[in-house]
Amino acid sequence: MNFTLYILIIPIALFLLIGLSGNKMKPRMAGIIGTLGMTVSAVLSYLAAYIYFFETEKINGIFQKIVPLSMEWLRFTDKLHIDMGILLDPISIMMLVVITTVSLMVHLYSIAYMKEEEGFQRYFAFLALFSFSMLGLVVATNIFQMYIFWELVGVSSYLLIGFYYTKPTAVAAAKKAFIVTRFADLGFLIGILILSYYTGTFDFGILTEGSAALVVGSTAGVSFMGLSVASWAMALVFIGGAGKSAMFPLHIWLPDAMEGPTPVSALIHAATMVVAGVFLVARMFPIYVFATPDVLAMIGYIGAFTALFAAVIAITQKDIKRVLAFSTISQIAYMLTALGVSGFGGHDGLGYMASMFHLFTHAFFKALLFLGAGAIIHAVHNNDITQMGGLRKYLPITHITFLIACLAIAGIPPFSGFFSKDEILAAAFHHDKLIFITLWIVAGLTAFYMFRLYYIVFWGKKREYEHKPHEASWVMTLPLIILALFTCFSGFIPFSKFISSDNQSFAAHIDWTIATLSIVVAFTGICLATLLYRRESNRPAEIAQRIGGFYKATLNKFYMDEIWMFVTKNVIFKYISYPVAWFDKHIVDGMINQTGKQTENASVAIKGMQSGKVQFYAIVFVLGVLLITVLSLFI
Amino acid sequence: MSILSTFIIVPAILLLLLFLTRNAIQARTLAIIGFSIQLVAAIYLLISFLQERAINNDAMLFVTDIVWYAKLNIHYSVGVDGVSVLMVLLSAIVAFTGIFSSWDMKRDFFMWYTLLSIGVFGFFISTDLFVIFMFYEIALIPMYFLIGIWGTGRKEYSAMKLTLMLMAGSAFLLTGILGIYFTSGHTSMNLLVIKETVIPIMHQYWIFPVTFLGFGVLGALFPFHTWSPDGHASAPTAVSMLHAGVLMKLGGYGCFRVAIYLMPEAATELAWIFLILTGISVVYGAFGAVVQTDLKYINAYSSVSHCGLVLFAVLMLNQTAQTGAVLQMLSHGLMTALFFALIGLLYGRTHTRDIREMSGLMKVIPFASVCYVIAGLASLGLPGLSGFVAEMTIFVGAFAKQGVFYTLLTIVAACSIVITAVYILRTIAFILQGPVKNELHLKLDDATWYEKISVVGLILGIIALGIFPAFFANIINM
Repeated sequence: MNFTLYILIIPIALFLLIGLSGNKMKPRMAGIIGTLGMTVSAVLSYLAAYIYFFETEKINGIFQKIVPLSMEWLRFTDKLHIDMGILLDPISIMMLVVITTVSLMVHLYSIAYMKEEEGFQRYFAFLALFSFSMLGLVVATNIFQMYIFWELVGVSSYLLIGFYYTKPTAVAAAKKAFIVTRFADLGFLIGILILSYYTGTFDFGILTEGSAALVVGSTAGVSFMGLSVASWAMALVFIGGAGKSAMFPLHIWLPDAMEGPTPVSALIHAATMVVAGVFLVARMFPIYVFATPDVLAMIGYIGAFTALFAAVIAITQKDIKRVLAFSTISQIAYMLTALGVSGFGGHDGLGYMASMFHLFTHAFFKALLFLGAGAIIHAVHNNDITQMGGLRKYLPITHITFLIACLAIAGIPPFSGFFSKDEILAAAFHHDKLIFITLWIVAGLTAFYMFRLYYIVFWGKKREYEHKPHEASWVMTLPLIILALFTCFSGFIPFSKFISSDNQSFAAHIDWTIATLSIVVAFTGICLATLLYRRESNRPAEIAQRIGGFYKATLNKFYMDEIWMFVTKNVIFKYISYPVAWFDKHIVDGMINQTGKQTENASVAIKGMQSGKVQFYAIVFVLGVLLITVLSLFI
Repeated sequence: MSILSTFIIVPAILLLLLFLTRNAIQARTLAIIGFSIQLVAAIYLLISFLQERAINNDAMLFVTDIVWYAKLNIHYSVGVDGVSVLMVLLSAIVAFTGIFSSWDMKRDFFMWYTLLSIGVFGFFISTDLFVIFMFYEIALIPMYFLIGIWGTGRKEYSAMKLTLMLMAGSAFLLTGILGIYFTSGHTSMNLLVIKETVIPIMHQYWIFPVTFLGFGVLGALFPFHTWSPDGHASAPTAVSMLHAGVLMKLGGYGCFRVAIYLMPEAATELAWIFLILTGISVVYGAFGAVVQTDLKYINAYSSVSHCGLVLFAVLMLNQTAQTGAVLQMLSHGLMTALFFALIGLLYGRTHTRDIREMSGLMKVIPFASVCYVIAGLASLGLPGLSGFVAEMTIFVGAFAKQGVFYTLLTIVAACSIVITAVYILRTIAFILQGPVKNELHLKLDDATWYEKISVVGLILGIIALGIFPAFFANIINM
């Protein structure tokens, strides 16, 4: 499997090639080279998946971990060293397929979408850099390698969100995304430090083996502020994941990140980077489940809450990309909840499998939704859905593919989302009824807000557009069609055959009671949306009026941005940084200046002593002699 | 004569020749030749060090020892280990690139600059306490003239402040050195000789703090760091580069090589006091940088934070953290020199260093702007660039130290990676991104070829350190 190395080498080589040649390369050339390179990477990933799942021998029915490459990069101590390597196991293989596929689609799509943009080459260079970093992240053999690529992914995201760097909102969004995730990464880093201190290794292989999970578990006795050290470490690691995966309350960067070009949102902020947190928890799942079940339970609750929270906000948003962004937050929370309710091994690990399954299907239908949104924005030059309507006549291909994706995310069979969501609900049902009910409601909300979006954009009133909207060229519609095909059929993949918590195949059947429940709630959501939004009416506005305050709160995303703004603007700037700067200038430096000034004053005060007048010296001399004489007489 | 003396003889000859030149162009050409020789010699030193180390296991290599002043037993003795080889290389790179960032300077400037470099190189290769101190002073004095004459803004004040504060530091240092000399029981000033015996612990208790403080002032130890913002703000570009890039490392290197090396017992006992101060430096410097509006002030406070981390790591007294400290010295040296080179470049074109008066420069001068972004990313610790490996080595090393106090302090220090991101991205957003507000800025020229040599050279160093850290880490431990 050594050839898997090339899956990574190609994108980094593309980055260097396109990035260094800059404007010397023709824009079109950069796009074509980038797309061709990604095609090769994608084909190699498919090959790797085929060989891994079908040709490689399983031992006792367990998919083996393969490490085709590992070399020491930097040694810290005798035990701790960062290796750079490739780890192939079912989930990393799955991620390779997802990343290269979506990346390829986005590359192709961007050739047309970004055609007129300045900095076309830069765009493709960054895309390649992102693909490289993301691929490196998923194949990491150890947690520090993962952290390294984690940071690289973060910076690629920063560069791409801020692609339109002359636009102040884009600049602010990029900055916000980076700093919020950096803050979360601090937790990740400290978690890594604690974990490695107690286990003496960074290596995933050793960490997740039963024996090392015990090592972590054995530190459970050492406690700090009521939680065991192992729990602290794993909770801190999860904070890193929560930052990247936009879990409440660290989700605030993701909606703003929509300032980036739309294909970027599809790749980074829907399909790949934002699921890094899910991947992280899945990667370290044995530790969570055996050593720190308390943290895992917490992940389940945070996930369920975020899923609901984001879904409620998505209902009222007016920017097409923001609806999708909140939908992404909600769906990722779904995946994390699934991990939170999962056990280990066989059918107990249903949640784990379901989470990965949903990650897989979601990547395709959410990328499809974003690319569809891109096609719409491309056609009407606007993000605001209240300015759209009746677009189904103008954009037939976009319309059909968008509808397919909506059906998938709503969980209507036989589209892919139905299967993965059903497994998650089943796993939640057997674990925790409260979480199940929350997720069930979210499923209904999801169907509702997606079809609200769908009807407002494609149905509703026909509007007069400045330029008559028209379907984009095949370069943009082809990726839509391919992704739609994935969306239609990926649900039929027998996922539990390939991916499971203990890498052993098991049989997962659709639980029709739960499936019926979820289909019912999805249909209810869709019907409600049809009633309210199929034709333009003032019913939605009336309802909004009636629930007044709540509507306003959701429209303003529950004021989370304002709360965070208060924290950064007031706490960091006003209450810490300005006082520090003031203190430094006036107190610390003031003391130094005073030392200088007092020295000067003292010398001014005593310089009269050396006046150069002989008479004065003589008087002092005589007085001194007298004084000494008198003193010696009396003592 | 060993190869090491080259590093003093070459600049000394250069100084003499510069004196004889008649115009600025001759002086500049001569300086370029001189510092190119230094750079080549530094690389050659690195290679021959690696070869020599394979067969020779002495603490110091290429040792030369000449009696200089027999009465006081002062020797001109030089020798290098892995750390000093790398510091010499760093100095050579920064001094070399500095010339290209001071293209329009006159002969006298280059003369002081050369004198400064004699001090720096001499400091890193000496092993005799007296000679170390002498070179230390040689490195400090020229700063006064370089800032006082060729500086900008409140240059007299800054030059005076910087010199006086550093001189006060060297007064402490001298006391410490004399203390070591008289209590060690040797009549030698040679580090290696003194190391053979233990300085009585009761004396260590006062000598260690005094020596550490003396070097610490130059390493921007809180609360003795305020010379740095004013000094850097007034200094001409190349002087800022050399000063922040190399001279501040004299502090960290001195703490490591003299204070901790000779007095490990006191260091173990008293480290906590200085750890608190350095911990404050790290976070305080970063917060201080967040609200500055002058590019050089931002960078000066950032240096307080980063150099604080150097001293922090040195005081952790374990090999990993100290390796990290040296990596951080190299990293900060290259990175901050790059920053100052770019700030000089921007200032030369826009005639301002106030970030509020610049905007959208990415569009106008893309080359310089991209370099600035790279410097910023290195500073905030992006993997693949130098800052990351240095910081991570320090944190892992510091975490290995037993005790809740150390652990919490490490966590506090680690918080700086977030604050660093805040001020770096804030600066980039202000000056490089957004629309161009000042119309005069629409017609700026991008970097010239000689400025490109300067920044590209430094960036290559940053990338090399970031991608092949093990190579450097191995040399440090040789």
